[in-house]
Amino acid sequence: MSFFSRSPWILHYDGSSCNGCDIEVLACLTPLYDVERFGVVNTGNPKHADILLVTGSVNERNIEIVRNLYRQMPDPKVVVAVGACACSGGIFARAYNVQGGIDKVIPVDVYVPGCAARPESIIDGVVQGIAALELKHRMTA
Amino acid sequence: MTPAIYALLFVLLAPVFGGLLAGIDRIVSARMQGRVGPPLLQPFYDVGKLLQKRTRQINPIAEPLLIAHLGYMAATGALLLGGTDLIFTVFVYALAALLLVLAAGSANSPFSFAGAERELVVLLASEPFFILMMVAVCKVTAASTFGGVLASSQLVAVQLPGVLLAFVVVATIKLRKSPFDISISHHPHQELVSGLTSDMSGRLLAYVELAHWYESALLCAFMVLLFNWSVPLGLLAFAVAYALEVLVDNATSRIKWQLVLRSTWAATLLLCGGNLLALFVMGR
Repeated sequence: MSFFSRSPWILHYDGSSCNGCDIEVLACLTPLYDVERFGVVNTGNPKHADILLVTGSVNERNIEIVRNLYRQMPDPKVVVAVGACACSGGIFARAYNVQGGIDKVIPVDVYVPGCAARPESIIDGVVQGIAALELKHRMTA
Repeated sequence: MTPAIYALLFVLLAPVFGGLLAGIDRIVSARMQGRVGPPLLQPFYDVGKLLQKRTRQINPIAEPLLIAHLGYMAATGALLLGGTDLIFTVFVYALAALLLVLAAGSANSPFSFAGAERELVVLLASEPFFILMMVAVCKVTAASTFGGVLASSQLVAVQLPGVLLAFVVVATIKLRKSPFDISISHHPHQELVSGLTSDMSGRLLAYVELAHWYESALLCAFMVLLFNWSVPLGLLAFAVAYALEVLVDNATSRIKWQLVLRSTWAATLLLCGGNLLALFVMGR
C-alpha cells in the first residue's frame, strides 16, 4: 500500500511571480479551502517535500535555485507549475531576462493555468500531482 | 503482571498512543484556527509515507545515531515501567535526547547545526527539572521505582503542587510546543527551515517522529507518577495539561533562547525548589 496519496507534503517556490498566484496558494491553507484535510502540509524544506509547487517564470537569477531545490528533493517527486507564468512565461515571456516556463529548467508533471490560478484549480493540480506521485512510486518500487 | 510485561507493553503500545495523540493534537489545533483539520490517523500516514520515500544520507553516521535515539527513547519508557530506578531513567532519557542533537549536528548544514545548538540549550533548560522532579517524588513517597511510587499511600500531586506546575511548563519544551519550540516545531515554516530535522529525509525523519511518539507516552507516564493513586486520574491530568499546551501553542509565538532558559530555570528553582523547601520546613 502506498501512503503518498494520503500525505503529500508541498514545497512552494516563488520564481518571479507577481505574488498573485502565491496568495492563491496560501489561500488553499486558510479555513475556506483547508487542504490539510487531505494531509497536505506546506513544508518549507525541500528534503521533506514530495511536490514542488512553482509560481512565476524562471529568469537568469533563479535558474540555479529552482534546479537546486528540485535536486534536493528525495524521490519520488512531482513538479506542479502554477499559473500562466510558471506554465509558459505568461505576459513576461518576452522580457529580456525571462527564460520562460518552469519546464525550461526542470521536468514539470502538472500545468495549472490561470492568471492568477484559482485555489480550486491549484487543489485540482495538486490532486493530479498526487496521481503522478503514486505512478512514480510504483515505477521505482 | 510483572514489570517486565509492562515494559514490553510500553514498547509495543506507546507509538500507537503517541501517534493518536499527535492526530488529536492536529485536529484540535485546526479547530482552534477555524479549520476542519486532517484525519485522526494522519500522523501514521505521514510516517508510512516517509518510510516509503527515498532517503538521502548527508552523513552516514546520522542513521545509526537516529536509530539509537529511537531505541533509547523506547528504552527509557520500558525502564521506567520495568521498575528501574527513577533517577537512572531520567539519565537514559537525557542520553536519548543527546543522540538526536548529535545526529542533527552531523549534517554540517547551517540550519541543522543551529537547530542542534538550540536543542542543547533546551536540554540545558529542561534536564535540571526532571532530575529534581524525580528526587522530589522519591523523597515524598520513599520509593525509587514506578511500581513503588504507585503503591505509595501519599498522593504525590498534593505534596508537590509546585513540581506539577513546573512539569507543565517544562513539558512544553519536550512536546515541541510554542513558545519553547526554538529547535524544531511541528509547524512547517520557521526561521530555521525545520531546525533539527532540516537535513533528515525519508526514514530518518520517520525515526525522529516515532521517537517523539515514545516521548509523548513517556511524559504521560511521568504525569501518572505525579497522580500515583490512580492511573486513569493521571491520564486525565495529562489530557488536561496537553489541551493547555495546544492552546498555548496556538496563542503564543516563539521566544529567544535566553528567555527559554530563564523562564524554565525560574520555574524549576521557584516552583520545584520552593516546593521541596516548603516540605523541608514543614518537616516531612
